[in-house]
Amino acid sequence: MFLQGKTTVSQYLLRRLLIVIPSLIGISLVLFVLLALAPGDPFGELAQNPAVPPEVRAALREKFGLDDPIMVRYFRWLLAMLQGDWGFSFVSRMDVDTLIMQRLPVTLIVIGASQVLALVVALPVGVYAAMRPYSLFDQVATTTAFIGFSLPTFFTGLLFILVFSIHLDWLPFVYQTNVSGTGLEYIWEHIRQAIMPVVVLGLFQGGVLTRFVRSAVLDVVRLDYVTTARAKGLREGVVILKHIVRNALIPVVTLIALQMPIVFGGAVVTEQIFRIPGIGSLLIASILANDTPVIMAVTFVTACLVILFNLIADLLYGWLDPRISYR
Amino acid sequence: MAGSTLASPTADAAPVARRKHVSPGAEAWRRFRRHKLAVTGAVILSTMVLAVLFGPFFWPVAINDIDFTAMLEGPSANHPLGTDDLGQDLLARMLYGGRISLAVGLAAMVVAVVVGILVGAIAGISRGSVDSGLMWLTDLFLSLPQLPLLLVVVYLFRDSMKEIAGPEVGVVILIIVVIGGLRWMPVARLVRAQFFSLREKEFVEAARALGASTTRQVTRHILPNSLGPVIVAGTIDVAAAIILESTLSFLGLGVPPDIPTWGRILFDAKDYLDFAPHWALFAGGAIFLAVLSINYIGDGLRDALDPRRVM
Repeated sequence: MFLQGKTTVSQYLLRRLLIVIPSLIGISLVLFVLLALAPGDPFGELAQNPAVPPEVRAALREKFGLDDPIMVRYFRWLLAMLQGDWGFSFVSRMDVDTLIMQRLPVTLIVIGASQVLALVVALPVGVYAAMRPYSLFDQVATTTAFIGFSLPTFFTGLLFILVFSIHLDWLPFVYQTNVSGTGLEYIWEHIRQAIMPVVVLGLFQGGVLTRFVRSAVLDVVRLDYVTTARAKGLREGVVILKHIVRNALIPVVTLIALQMPIVFGGAVVTEQIFRIPGIGSLLIASILANDTPVIMAVTFVTACLVILFNLIADLLYGWLDPRISYR
Repeated sequence: MAGSTLASPTADAAPVARRKHVSPGAEAWRRFRRHKLAVTGAVILSTMVLAVLFGPFFWPVAINDIDFTAMLEGPSANHPLGTDDLGQDLLARMLYGGRISLAVGLAAMVVAVVVGILVGAIAGISRGSVDSGLMWLTDLFLSLPQLPLLLVVVYLFRDSMKEIAGPEVGVVILIIVVIGGLRWMPVARLVRAQFFSLREKEFVEAARALGASTTRQVTRHILPNSLGPVIVAGTIDVAAAIILESTLSFLGLGVPPDIPTWGRILFDAKDYLDFAPHWALFAGGAIFLAVLSINYIGDGLRDALDPRRVM
């Protein structure tokens, strides 16, 4: 390995991408097999329509290749997906990829903001609690965290609406895309209506992350090199930030990546409660409307995003831990 | 050696003060009892289980008794938890729905644990390509977005399950199997890791030297010793499964409307938040309390079953 010299970040990224491809193929296979196994026929309606003669039906089936072996159909589907031909939504009357691209940014903003909020809460609280284990602060923090991730997001969402929208009338509970007003007022309205969904999702994640951070810091705090750093006379702040937190973050990053599928589930729920026009509420709406192309595309996009975040976590991991970096 | 200090106070008295033999179960119970919140959780959860099991005998009000003179009423003597928009008694509905919610959570956990142990044990005992193949599958499932996939599978297979097992039972079985099928991965990883360390231990080697077959090594020696973390993961899984089932019902895509699971009650209640908040609060509170108790029990079990921890 060292004969080749240091491998660069781009080489590392390339190898990670090569590992990602089988996962993507696996996920697409799972989705396609589900769809193929499911009862129901895209030409079911035609079959019930007496005006369509059976010969026409058979000709249509042949034209769209519905009687081909499943592997042939899978590759044809995969090829179409790769070319960006994701089908047509008969409910929304537009191409599926345009529809998803319209909805995706909102979801990403809500998820991103809530993850940032979760980290902003969890990092200081987790570190401070672990530096003083079993103190009053630690006990309050761990109990709150426990309650935080035992509260299902759909219940917290309703509680927030009950308290902040109905009783206090501070925040709107229906998300609107066409906000009136201009300039600062416009931005403020957007922030105001995003507060509740972001906080609901962020508090749940914050509870989980606080526990991760606390136990990761507890594992690191007693190690010899921390004592050495203190003995060298380094300031406590430097010891905590550069020696303890940086090393404690390594397992935390992995755990955050593993949490991503759950975060997307939480996003579906919050988008549905607050009527946010993201891909989560799109998924529910298309399930209720039997809009199969959209359902499959949203599920596939969510799976791809989870894998993308895992990839980002891998890169962060390399940055945090130079020992293993970019092997 | 008169007057010299003993090396250890027990050196002399060792034969007398030998500790009474304590079975692992009793030891775990002693440790579990130390975790006050876990014990509280266990008490709350058992109360809830007893209530949903035997409550309907003491509160024999039909869950679908419609009474338009008592719509959306708050708690009263006639209706301890109030009524919903059709004047149906919420206590009766909560008790009935609790059975389904808790049973789905337990059953989905059993599915997840059985699949997880199978995959983990096969991966852990066979090296090479079988192991790496199964672990690739585990990683693949770990990166699947659970809730969207759960929604998709229930959507696609709901009708055929209704035909096979009836409208209610069919959907419930489907939900149990799919939740279990999407949550076995942590158990599989734990079991595999345990197998890797246990199969090199001396007592397993001794069993192997005595000619024990692979099946016997696994079932008698390795598997029983690897169950500690599995029990903890299984406990947490019950909570996760209850949340997933409630989420599904809350989105209106779970059990059929005539089965009032806690999530379904919350789904019906959410449009009446402003003038009947008790409706949503009782249903959501029940889910929260059950999940919190189970999570604390899991925490207590983790302490109790970890032999490295000194208590």
